[in-house]
Amino acid sequence: MDLEFDARYDAFREQVREFLAHNKPGGAIGMAEGRAEHRIQWLSLLIEHGYWARTIPKEYGGYGAEPDLLETVIMDEEFNKAGVPRGMMAQGPSMLVPTLLTHGSEEQRERWIAPTMRGEVMWCQGYSEPGSGSDLASLQTAAREDGDDFLINGQKIWTSGADQSDMCFILVRTEPDAKKHEGISYILLPMDTPGIEVQPLRTMSGDIGDNSFNQVLFSDVRVPKANVVGARGEGWKIANTTLKHERSSLNANAEGTWMRLARLMKKETINGVPAIASPVYRDRLMRLQARALSMKHHGMRMLTCNLKGESSGVAGLIVKLQNCQLSFDMSALAIDVMGELGALYDHTKYERERGYWQAHSMFSLGLIIGGGTAQIQKNIIAERGLGLPREPKPAKA
Amino acid sequence: MDFGLSEDQLLLEQTVRGFLADQVAIERVRDQRQKAGSKSCPNDRAIWSQLAELGIAGIVVPEEQGGSGLGLLDAVIVSQALGHAVTPTPFLATAVMAPTALEAVGGKLAEDWLAGIASGELVVGVAVTELFSVREDAGVRLRPGRQDGKLDGKAIMALDAFGADRLLVALDATTLALVDASAPGLEKTRLLTVDATRCTAELSFDGVDPLAVFEGAGAAIARMLEAGRIALAADTLGACESMVEQAVAYAKDRKQFDRVIGSFQAVKHMCAEMIAEVEPARSLLWYAAHAFDGVPDESPWMSCHALAHIAEIGREIASVSTQVHGGIGWTDEQNLHFWFKRIANARHLLGGPELLRARAADLQGLVPAA
Ligand SMILES: Cc1cc2nc3c(=O)[nH]c(=O)nc-3n(C[C@H](O)[C@H](O)[C@H](O)COP(=O)(O)OP(=O)(O)OC[C@H]3O[C@@H](n4cnc5c(N)ncnc54)[C@H](O)[C@@H]3O)c2cc1C
Repeated sequence: MDLEFDARYDAFREQVREFLAHNKPGGAIGMAEGRAEHRIQWLSLLIEHGYWARTIPKEYGGYGAEPDLLETVIMDEEFNKAGVPRGMMAQGPSMLVPTLLTHGSEEQRERWIAPTMRGEVMWCQGYSEPGSGSDLASLQTAAREDGDDFLINGQKIWTSGADQSDMCFILVRTEPDAKKHEGISYILLPMDTPGIEVQPLRTMSGDIGDNSFNQVLFSDVRVPKANVVGARGEGWKIANTTLKHERSSLNANAEGTWMRLARLMKKETINGVPAIASPVYRDRLMRLQARALSMKHHGMRMLTCNLKGESSGVAGLIVKLQNCQLSFDMSALAIDVMGELGALYDHTKYERERGYWQAHSMFSLGLIIGGGTAQIQKNIIAERGLGLPREPKPAKA
Repeated sequence: MDFGLSEDQLLLEQTVRGFLADQVAIERVRDQRQKAGSKSCPNDRAIWSQLAELGIAGIVVPEEQGGSGLGLLDAVIVSQALGHAVTPTPFLATAVMAPTALEAVGGKLAEDWLAGIASGELVVGVAVTELFSVREDAGVRLRPGRQDGKLDGKAIMALDAFGADRLLVALDATTLALVDASAPGLEKTRLLTVDATRCTAELSFDGVDPLAVFEGAGAAIARMLEAGRIALAADTLGACESMVEQAVAYAKDRKQFDRVIGSFQAVKHMCAEMIAEVEPARSLLWYAAHAFDGVPDESPWMSCHALAHIAEIGREIASVSTQVHGGIGWTDEQNLHFWFKRIANARHLLGGPELLRARAADLQGLVPAA
């Protein structure tokens, strides 16, 4: 057990601080809003200094450094402290780019990675369908061959950000006669192709925009065969790389959320007494603190496994399940502490923190479902982690 | 940066677990329960001597007194292994709590005790319950009005005290008495709990002459409690690990409806939920042990959190693992109850979860002045 950083990292930390001191933007950087020019500038500046796209090779528009997890930790710590976003949490950089780096053709990498990392090209993930969610491999959206192209017909749903995206990485069935998992291809599809219709869905948190949710209809959407990533029929395998990246990008900052909750409880008063003075509420806060600390230190343990190139085994499989539930439970206490005012939303007079906790609660619930539901996580933990047998297939009638 | 066990620690874990697997099969625990009955100490003195030879009794005792001079994380590894094997030993009081306090108070007498602990000759019990939870008017006091320093009163749920040779008795948060267990006027009564693998006793003092009384020993007592809480949390976590392993093994074997029950999703999810609690708790425990030696500012409340949190997940796992076993899990013969009861008894030994969380809040300054 050694929780110190090697001395050689001190210089790196200093350099990050220096950068932030000189370049910290005055106003907020709306990382999510549209294709805002200042976001692109900010991301480009970060790449130039190696704080974003750090390990992506230079020829694909990255900074080209060797991977070093501790540098990543230091950058995250310092940017967090400064309250400045280090890059852009979006499907393109966190899911598509790693997939292209592993499975993409040379041409695809050269064409897409750089503008994606700079925030010039926004991506959405076209996986789920009305009939295929947890059982994603049953997806039916079809891509029929037509010369050098495919023609896509079908429907995707729960597509986050589809209405603001330039591109979609989509899973479609290209080999109708192949087995379920072997007939799927992973395709890069421009969202302005004729025949695509995006219908925004209002989410439970009332958001249209930032957390946009959509269904997307495809009728005879033409896409060149050259846009397939990897080989035809390998889409399922490739998508699983992406899902892995999605799950590992869900390492919520549990400790930060807990501190915010504790601050709320010091401020919020009930019958003139701060909530934190109530032994009942305080006990719940302390239970959550123990869980948040567990997940924080568990994260360090997982990081160590990564650093050593060791598999984290079942200990790694439980992270998404636990972090999402913990996040939801923290907002539940916050809402309880606010009592009848906790349900206020839409910026009414007595609303606390501009409805942050209700939004946080609903967002956490979405995370529990999205990217593999809690139940699917438990299946994975039990089957892959503990070696319990897979569900027997029902006999075909 | 390296968050995890070192090579040496992995080796220690392997050694202790290997030894316990060879020497302390559950049948031996059953025999020990039989032998001890209700009148003698349930701790297995023969195993304790062998563990002492492996350096376990003196694991945190300084090398000058013949110990191994290791840290609390090393003790945690051992404690986890002992919980995993539900081994009845005085490890908690004798090898973790007493040495922590004795090293802190220092002096010739303390050093002699430390040497005796390391060699396995001395078993030391500790009486600390009244520091955090006074029931039945318990408490041991220096006889008032006279300066002869005799002890009166009683201590309940004293740990590993029944079969002990020496006793450490906390009179209050800052006063620690060292007592010979055969001193005249001292009476020891075994308090039988559900858990046949841990020794708890009542000590009554009627004008007992202590060997020494240390006043101003607040830091020693506080550190002793921290170390004890972390080690007890490790014991419970070890027992939890075993209960999950047993449930998973049983689920792979037992068939109903022509399928192994582990292929039923309800059973699978019970197992997944248990392991999903165990793994992060292990990370918390490691950090708490690390904090005890390396981040002393955090240790007082981190140790409370570690024990409270692991007690909570322990209760759930003890119940769920038993449920996975169905009816046989509820029998004496199946042995699973040894783990269930070890976890149940440990839950309140050094402060139950509610008391510990209240303390953790207080220590972090989260309790506003009224
Ligand atoms: C916030 C959010 C963002 C999302 N973003 C995207 C996106 O950008 N792109 C995209 O393609 N998709 C996205 N999704 C979709 C998401 O991946 C699916 O909702 C999810 O995989 C579940 O599928 P489903 O909705 O069809 O539910 P179903 O699969 O129908 O599940 C319904 C219930 O049945 C349970 N269930 C299903 N199968 C099993 C099983 N084998 N064992 C036990 N229980 C089972 C589930 O756990 C759940 O409780 C998003 C979802 C959310 C909530």
